[in-house]
Amino acid sequence: MKTLTVSVVTPDGPVLEDSFEMVSCKAENGELGILPGHIPLVAPLAINVVRLKNGSDVQKLAISGGFLEVRPDKVTILAQSAEKPSDIDVERARKAKERAERRLQSKQDDVDFLRAELALKRAANRIDAAQR
Amino acid sequence: MASLRDIKGRIDSTAKMKKITKAMEMVSASKMNKAEQNAKSFVPYSEKIQEVVASIASNTDADHPMLSKREVKKTGYLVITSDRGLAGAYNSSILRSLYQTVNERHQSSDEYTVIAIGRMGYDFCRKRNMPVAKSILGLADQPNFADIKELASETVQMFSDEEIDELYIFYNHYVSAISQKVTKKKLLPITDMANSATGSQYEYEPNQEQILQVLLPQYAESLIYGALLDGKASEHAARMTAMRSATDNANDLIDGLTLSYNRARQAAITQEITEIIGGVAALE
Repeated sequence: MKTLTVSVVTPDGPVLEDSFEMVSCKAENGELGILPGHIPLVAPLAINVVRLKNGSDVQKLAISGGFLEVRPDKVTILAQSAEKPSDIDVERARKAKERAERRLQSKQDDVDFLRAELALKRAANRIDAAQR
Repeated sequence: MASLRDIKGRIDSTAKMKKITKAMEMVSASKMNKAEQNAKSFVPYSEKIQEVVASIASNTDADHPMLSKREVKKTGYLVITSDRGLAGAYNSSILRSLYQTVNERHQSSDEYTVIAIGRMGYDFCRKRNMPVAKSILGLADQPNFADIKELASETVQMFSDEEIDELYIFYNHYVSAISQKVTKKKLLPITDMANSATGSQYEYEPNQEQILQVLLPQYAESLIYGALLDGKASEHAARMTAMRSATDNANDLIDGLTLSYNRARQAAITQEITEIIGGVAALE
C-alpha cells in the first residue's frame, strides 16, 4: 500500500514524522480525508483530533490553531499545539473545561466570551483525544 | 597602608563573590545551550509557515490589512528584555536603541505605545512615563509558545483593530555565545514577503482570502515567538559572558590583594626584627 510522509510541527519543535496510509482531519468547513497522491492543498484546521491511519492502527493528535499543507507524497501539519493522547493531562483539561464553562455562563463583554469559547473547545478536544 | 586584617577580609569576600559569579556562569552556560536548542527546534515551524504564507501572498492579489501599509497614527514597539540584571549590556543596549528611536520619531507619547516582555523593559518605560500597553513579567527561562501566545495574539489584534498602525520589535539577536546584536525589525504590516515561493500551486480550501485571514496572524505570532527565543538565547549568553568577566576580574583583584597582603606581612616582620635588633643594641 502506498504511504505518505506526515510531519507535524509546532513552535516548540517537531512532534511527529512518520509515514501513514491515510490522514483524516477536520478542516474549517468539513472533514478531509487525504490519501497518497492528493493534489496540493492548503487548508486551515479546526480545533479537533487528527487521525493518522496505518492499516488498522490509528494514531491520534489533538490539534489547535493549525493548518494543513498537502503535497502528493507529503503532508505537513503546522499547529500552535499538537499533543499525543499519552501526553495529555486529562485532569487539567477537565478543570480548564469547567473554568471555561463557568466563564461562558457568567456573560461578560464579548472579547472574554470568544476566548472562553476557544478555551472550552481546546479543553473538550483534549479530553476527546485522550479518551477515545 | 591597609592593615593585614583588612586585606585578608577583602580577599575572603572577593573569593566568595567569585564563587557566586562562577556558579552563575555555569548555570547560564547550560541555560544557553537549552535556549539555543529551543530556537533551533522552532526553525522548521517558522520556515514552513513562511514558505506557505509567501507562496499564497505572492500568487494572489488577495488583499489583507496585514499586508498593506496605512497611514501611521500610532506605532507599537515590542521590546524583549530580561527580568533580572547581571547580564552585562544586554538590557541597556536594547533600551538605549528603543529610547533613541522613540525620541527621534515621536513628539508626544500619544504617538506610540510599548509592549514589554521582561521586567527591565517594563520598569524602564514606566520610569520615563512611556505608555506601556501590555507586558509579561517573570517569563520562564525556556518559554513555551503557550506562555506568550496570549500576548502575541493580543498584539496582533491591536494591529487588526487599528489601535496601532505599525509594529516594531526590539530584541537581541543571538549571533554567537560571545556576540549579540541589537535588532530592530518591522513586524507589521508584513512587507518583505520575498518571492521565495517554490512555485508549487496549491488548491485552497475554502479560498485564499480566508486562509490568509487565519494564517497571517499565526505567522505574525510565530515571528514574535521566534524573536523571543532568540532574545532568550542572547540573554543567557550575555549573562554567561558578563559572569565570566566578573570571575576574571575577581581573580585579578585577588592576585593584587594577595600581593599587597604578602608585602604588608613582610613589612611587619621586617619591622619586628628591626625593633628586636634595636632593643638588643640598646642593651649592649
